[in-house]
Amino acid sequence: MYDVVRNRGLRKLREYAAQCLIYTAVLLISAVFIWLLIDLLRGGLSHLSWEFITELPRDAGRAGGIASILVSTLLILLVAVLTAVPVAWMTAVLLAEFVATGSWFGKAVRFSLHVLAGVPSIVFGLFGNAFFCVYLELGFSILSGGLTLACMLLPILTSTAEAGLRAVPHVYRLAASALGLSRAAALLHLILPAAAPVMAAGLLLGIGRALAETAALLFTSGYAERMPDSLLDSGRALALHIFDLSMNVPGGDEPAYASALVLVSLLLGINILAMKFAYGLQRSKLMS
Amino acid sequence: MPIDQWLPGILRAGALIALLVMLFILLFLIGESWPVLSKLSIVQLVTDSSWHPLEGAYNLMPMLTGTVLASTGALLLAIPLGLASALFTVFYAPSYLAVSYKRLIELLAGIPSVVFGFWGLTVLVPLINQWQPPGASLLAGILVLTLMILPTVTVTAHAALAAVADELVRNAAALGLSRWGTIQGVVLPAAKAGITAGIMLAAARALGETMAVLMVAGNVVQYPETVFDPVRTLAANIALETAYAMGDHRAVLFVSGLLLMGLIMVLSAMAEALEKQQHV
Repeated sequence: MYDVVRNRGLRKLREYAAQCLIYTAVLLISAVFIWLLIDLLRGGLSHLSWEFITELPRDAGRAGGIASILVSTLLILLVAVLTAVPVAWMTAVLLAEFVATGSWFGKAVRFSLHVLAGVPSIVFGLFGNAFFCVYLELGFSILSGGLTLACMLLPILTSTAEAGLRAVPHVYRLAASALGLSRAAALLHLILPAAAPVMAAGLLLGIGRALAETAALLFTSGYAERMPDSLLDSGRALALHIFDLSMNVPGGDEPAYASALVLVSLLLGINILAMKFAYGLQRSKLMS
Repeated sequence: MPIDQWLPGILRAGALIALLVMLFILLFLIGESWPVLSKLSIVQLVTDSSWHPLEGAYNLMPMLTGTVLASTGALLLAIPLGLASALFTVFYAPSYLAVSYKRLIELLAGIPSVVFGFWGLTVLVPLINQWQPPGASLLAGILVLTLMILPTVTVTAHAALAAVADELVRNAAALGLSRWGTIQGVVLPAAKAGITAGIMLAAARALGETMAVLMVAGNVVQYPETVFDPVRTLAANIALETAYAMGDHRAVLFVSGLLLMGLIMVLSAMAEALEKQQHV
């Protein structure tokens, strides 16, 4: 009898301890996260202004703004998206609509996308440097950086688009073929529009990933902070600007805070928009 | 209809590009590493006296140790915290709190690594410096990495926990098991494979993470004696030296890139195998 009572007491204690530990962990994580956000907001808002967005950087970025850096970032993104999207979406359509899951070509493509998804960004940077900068002689340029990012975006763009296409009910295809539509017409007028929200969400997530990327751009798009003249000019992305200001420029913390705030706000906006599009689709699938 | 005849061909061309990109990455990594792989022996990368690339001494071991220590430390912190977060959202929190906490974790996942690094550099490093100089240390790297992989552990563990069949949980309740008893005896064993897969993915992410660690870990090539010593990871080493490396030095950096990629691919293959096991 005594044993039973003691056991029950012990069990209650264990129950209580587990609950305490879990709540402590959650509080700790929330506290650290809020600490980080407040730091970013406080440090960033004091330096952020309209001039900061529209002026060119001066004195290695300590003074002035980030206009040229935003332009370079936008150009790198454009190059990356414009090259990656056609390839990725064509691949997705092929994998979802035309190739049997078991065929060797489908398997090979799927496997290579899987490998690409696992490559760390610094290794993409190495490849981009060896292939685009040196072998294709593009040098440190916006084009090299954008193309490197395009390789990085292929897996996420393809997998989200394929998921979107596969979520289109099979009845649509049967109905289209019963009405005598060609497969191309069915694809263009029926299946792609139905899959468009998910594909858009994938695109936004891809843009977000490209925007956050630093390591792959370190030695592909270069460091130059001036306004880029052409795609073959070196250009510094926003994330790289934060890195450079905080590591290599003494006294660059304030503009770095402001740039970080700009970057995080942009990413936040993009992610919220993506989640809106993908509502109903498994979030966790898109996140990982 | 003619368009239907050539449509698959065009699409195939697109898919072929995706395939070629992967092949090119492998080809170029191996090609650039070739001078070392063929001429110098791999053993040298472990037995050389030190890392002095300009004098031809290429010992990668201190960096590999740094990578492994930083990732392991981050995992040791992120696994309990992430698991607790997932348990909180699935079993403990009222639904409004669970939803907002999940949002918070997703937000955390969306913060880019360079911002984590920057925050670590301006906030964590000075704090550690007051306690145990110099501040830029293995510990700072571990803490920043923990924040970065925490969302991965949480989101995957949450998915695994939520996928546990409802009837298992109801059976446990019918048997009079307490909440923790249910979690410990029924839910965690059932979700084990999925949770482990998530941990593997988090480990892969920690190994490959470059910028955040580069910014806070001090980057001294050495075997750290305590967590307060600065370290340099493999990825940070690539980021620091590729810009000016020539000849064999450059090749060694590509070898370390290959090594990293290999490690990460093994981890993600294991994660995938575990996920398959979960679904069976």
